[in-house]
Amino acid sequence: MPVDNDVAPIIEMRGITIQFPGVKALDSVDFTLRGGEVHSLMGENGAGKSTLIKALTGVYSVDSGTITVAGEKRVFHTTSDAQAAGISTVYQEVNLCTNLSVGENVMLGHEVRRGGLIDWRATHREAARHLEALGVQLDTHTGLFSHSIAIQQLIAISRAMVTDSKVLILDEPTSSLDRGEVEQLFGVIRDLRERGVAILFVSHFLDQVYEISDRITVLRNGALVGAYDADTLPRNTLISSMIGRELEDLAELASSAARDIDRSGAPVFTATGLGKKGVLEPADLDIYEGEVVGIAGLLGSGRTELVRLMYGADRADHGKVEVHGKPTRITTPRHAIDHRIAFSSEDRRAEGIVGDLTVAENIVLGIQARRGWLRRVKRTETDAIVKEYIEALGVRPADPDRPVRNLSGGNQQKVLLARWLATAPELIILDEPTRGIDVGAKADIQRKVAELSAKGLSVVFISSEIEEVIRLAQRITVMRDRRKIGELESNGLGVDDVIDYIANEGQENVA
Amino acid sequence: MTDLKTAAPSPLSTVLGALNTFRSRHASWIPVFAALLILVIMFGVAQWWFGNFLNPRLISALLLDNAYLLVLAVGMTFVILTGGIDLSVGSVMAFTGIMCASLVSQGVPSIVAVPLMILSGAAVGLLIGVLVHYFDVQPFIASLVGMFLARGLAFLVSLRSIKVEDESILLLQSTRFRFGDFYITPTGIIALLVVVAGVLVLQYTRFGRTIYAIGGNEQSARLMGLPVTRTKILAYVISGICGGIAGLVLTAYQGSGYPLNGSGAELDTIAAVVIGGTLLAGGSGYVLGSMIGVFVYGTIATLINFLGAEQSWKRIIVGGLLLVFVVVQRVIVTRSSRRT
Amino acid sequence: MKKIVKHRVFWPVVALVALLLLNAIVRPSFVSITVQDGELYGTLISLLRNSAPLMLVALGMTIVIATRGIDLSVGAVMAVSGAVALTIIAQSPTPEAPGTIAIAIVAALIVTLIAGAWNGFLVAVLGIQPIIATLVLMLAGRGIALLITNGQITTVNSAPYKFMSQGYLFGFPFAFFVSIAAVVIVVLVQRRTALGMLTEAVGINPEASRLAGVRSRGIIWGAYAASGLLAGFAGILYSSNIMAADSNAAGNLIELDAILAVVLGGTSLMGGKFSIAGTVIGVFTIQTLKSTIVFLGVPSPVTPVFMAAVVIIVVAVQSPLLRGTAARAVRSIRNANSNTTEVAK
Repeated sequence: MPVDNDVAPIIEMRGITIQFPGVKALDSVDFTLRGGEVHSLMGENGAGKSTLIKALTGVYSVDSGTITVAGEKRVFHTTSDAQAAGISTVYQEVNLCTNLSVGENVMLGHEVRRGGLIDWRATHREAARHLEALGVQLDTHTGLFSHSIAIQQLIAISRAMVTDSKVLILDEPTSSLDRGEVEQLFGVIRDLRERGVAILFVSHFLDQVYEISDRITVLRNGALVGAYDADTLPRNTLISSMIGRELEDLAELASSAARDIDRSGAPVFTATGLGKKGVLEPADLDIYEGEVVGIAGLLGSGRTELVRLMYGADRADHGKVEVHGKPTRITTPRHAIDHRIAFSSEDRRAEGIVGDLTVAENIVLGIQARRGWLRRVKRTETDAIVKEYIEALGVRPADPDRPVRNLSGGNQQKVLLARWLATAPELIILDEPTRGIDVGAKADIQRKVAELSAKGLSVVFISSEIEEVIRLAQRITVMRDRRKIGELESNGLGVDDVIDYIANEGQENVA
Repeated sequence: MTDLKTAAPSPLSTVLGALNTFRSRHASWIPVFAALLILVIMFGVAQWWFGNFLNPRLISALLLDNAYLLVLAVGMTFVILTGGIDLSVGSVMAFTGIMCASLVSQGVPSIVAVPLMILSGAAVGLLIGVLVHYFDVQPFIASLVGMFLARGLAFLVSLRSIKVEDESILLLQSTRFRFGDFYITPTGIIALLVVVAGVLVLQYTRFGRTIYAIGGNEQSARLMGLPVTRTKILAYVISGICGGIAGLVLTAYQGSGYPLNGSGAELDTIAAVVIGGTLLAGGSGYVLGSMIGVFVYGTIATLINFLGAEQSWKRIIVGGLLLVFVVVQRVIVTRSSRRT
Repeated sequence: MKKIVKHRVFWPVVALVALLLLNAIVRPSFVSITVQDGELYGTLISLLRNSAPLMLVALGMTIVIATRGIDLSVGAVMAVSGAVALTIIAQSPTPEAPGTIAIAIVAALIVTLIAGAWNGFLVAVLGIQPIIATLVLMLAGRGIALLITNGQITTVNSAPYKFMSQGYLFGFPFAFFVSIAAVVIVVLVQRRTALGMLTEAVGINPEASRLAGVRSRGIIWGAYAASGLLAGFAGILYSSNIMAADSNAAGNLIELDAILAVVLGGTSLMGGKFSIAGTVIGVFTIQTLKSTIVFLGVPSPVTPVFMAAVVIIVVAVQSPLLRGTAARAVRSIRNANSNTTEVAK
């Protein structure tokens, strides 16, 4: 789909910078959106995608830079300002009211009135009209809850058309849709494009992005990498522009990729066909003693979903699990812990640290939870364990009585690692343990992982930084679009090889 | 759903389809029907047992004795629909009632006293709304504060009851309009008018629909550009206004103001609203349902009188019924969230 | 010095001391203590005695609030407790025998423990919102209490039972020792075992606690059961004081007093870290406040107005809105005074 570069852009963002305490979320980013085009915005976690969209929808105010809508400079203080400017958003969770009818959701806030009171017949008629314009025929009196997410999304889109939106932002619209529903959605998107609406499409699904987009803009670490025509952008270029390379010089890089693993006995953990409808396609994974299995893939590919099912943090509806060859039921974290499995979540803040408790209490929490409330871990024992791990992992400041929320991200991560290691697990799952932490802490954690696995600890390691995964893991499980697409032996592998594998459906040699 | 292209549909699938559509269109009415069913069953059993239960006098009394509760329930419906709760309504009713009685006994004309009492009810509601919205206080704590404030103020006005001598107020209860053997007083009419107003506002104004939207998903409502904060505060103000109107109704009914009025009335009100099919989580429920809930409450009270049983059974039964409804609501919610 | 000021209970202690001093200055009789037959009397002593029921209830409320919950049924549970105990005593052929008293008290406590466990079941297992779950018992509890006493206000004449609230031990009111014992037991259980830390973890971050393997269900259940048990004992003290089971008056509105005591003591209503010491200070502060208001000639039914005002002030001070404005003001003053840049958290 060739793009006419002479059409005046509907949205022009120039030099957008947004700063939060301690981090520059967007650094002088330019972005152009034209009417009648489908433009995809891509980038990994922390790239600045959602920040850019929030700037465009009035959720965040910009620190510097300009936003121009249809030639007019605008400043958005609230979401209503953005909506008034003709920018509508359909979010991943389809932010509609499931307790109301379809018609009402479409017209909410814009109901047809007669003499001050709502004229329901006319309102429903209007709603049906807007829905039909998108090719959707249904009884507008039915409750929104009784329709699938796919239909709810189309209803949300038609709501955007009620207000005559010039720009439609679709945030991860296809995460919960099946193939047929995606087709239907794309049909609607193409229709809208013909009508001149500008569509901003945010998604992790590479195939879909290529299928529907005219242009692609890539962000990384808050900066603009480039804006490309979808037709002429090779997949490898796209992926490497998103992931990039670790160019920093890490002293004493830990490496365990070359280590030999004894796979003759039963694996410590085996998952067969583990999956959950709408979340993860059934996947297999096994891991042996002392092995590090890395999981690589883009954000949204299902890595976290897989390990959460393994740990019982979420309940699988498909597949089975074996520990040391024996069939085991793992449906809650307690089951996993009883089988000496540990899990460090990627969301430190919401699922990891207990902020108001001290460093010592956070570290000892895992052990204490196992022992129950009656058998308190004695002060002397706590002190010894805490001291040991503060030293071993280099937690700074080395003060066990400081509330953990006052520590930097890297040190918080170390505390969490200490919590789990203190329980002496056989298998530890680390989800993005080095994300968002300083270089020194990164190196410390990587070193620890290599060291412990050499002593017999099994590790499942998720990281967006492929270099890290290649260095530490012996085997790499590759995920894409909520599916496991294959496995690689990491010894001798390069970052490009893995990127290639992710991009091209995996025809690589699998040992 | 969208274009279902199947071969000639069988009669069974047509019926099932129609049933599904019906269920989808009217899902939130189902709990209300359940309440109506309970009411009908209670009437039926009582009639069969006592023989003369369903007579015009009793039914008329059912409305008039519980008129104050009906008014409170309308206001409470607004608040619970937004996902909040208002524990101050009984105390506001007492405060506004005794304030009115005190004012008229000092010679203030009722035409001034009545609007003043309603305004003070609104003021308490406004205070609660502001505490919830601008000071991040949990709704029930904020409304507990309102409850304490109103109750204390009631006693500040007077430690003992004040008899009302004002003709215009007493007339509200003494005038009777007869329809055959049924009768109704202006207080009953006021209560019914409040119900009608509640229905009109909730079903036919944008403000009312915003209330439902907030209860359904507050975040979505905000993202949809609806005036969420203003609406939520207004819901409490409406509850406070209803507290004031209920104060008028009860004062007229009793012929006096009494600072201890409405002790525990908030719990009765919440029970009536929940039994009437309004979900505590918000977003689903109808004023008409709350009205049925009030009648269920009133019937239980009447039945207890008829049976000559202890008055304390009333609260126990109501509490038990409330529990059953809450548990059932919870089970339905967990089931449907597990399905998605 | 900074560490003392930053300590959780610093401001609550300051507030209490200020209040006590104010009273001592305005009415010197406040601090006068007389000795009669080896027993101490005086306003302060009465304060110690009368604060016992609230102390017990507030202790239970603290733990429940720490789990992000609330217990509105405590007043009704007090009524039930009094009803059970007094009914047993009244119907016993030996109402003065210590054995009868013991049975009455134990029975009442068992009933209220079950009531608390019932609340815990609704919240922890069925997942019902704590406000609603405890509201049910708040509604039905007094009715149940009235049923137990057959609609009457049962009165008894039993010296050993009266001892609970009116008796003296080592010169101090026995009820005061009950308070102390409760505080000591709760502190021991919370801090000697891991229960305190695990409760805080559940309140601060329920999801992280779940992933860490904490048995949240049991902890929450236990919190409500404890609240019920403590309210039960408070009910015994109350009924011992008036030697009657008045199901309508027992524990009337004690819920808000307890919540207020917890909040004044520095425990957040959002759950998480809790302070028993803070609650103790809070209880004494409320009792002193009530005593002050009554002394000022305000009729006691009007005191809730002042309680409401205090809550509004406390909540407003604690609120992010005010904190935000205050923090900005402090920061701008600090920036004006020095050039050090603060590291943002």
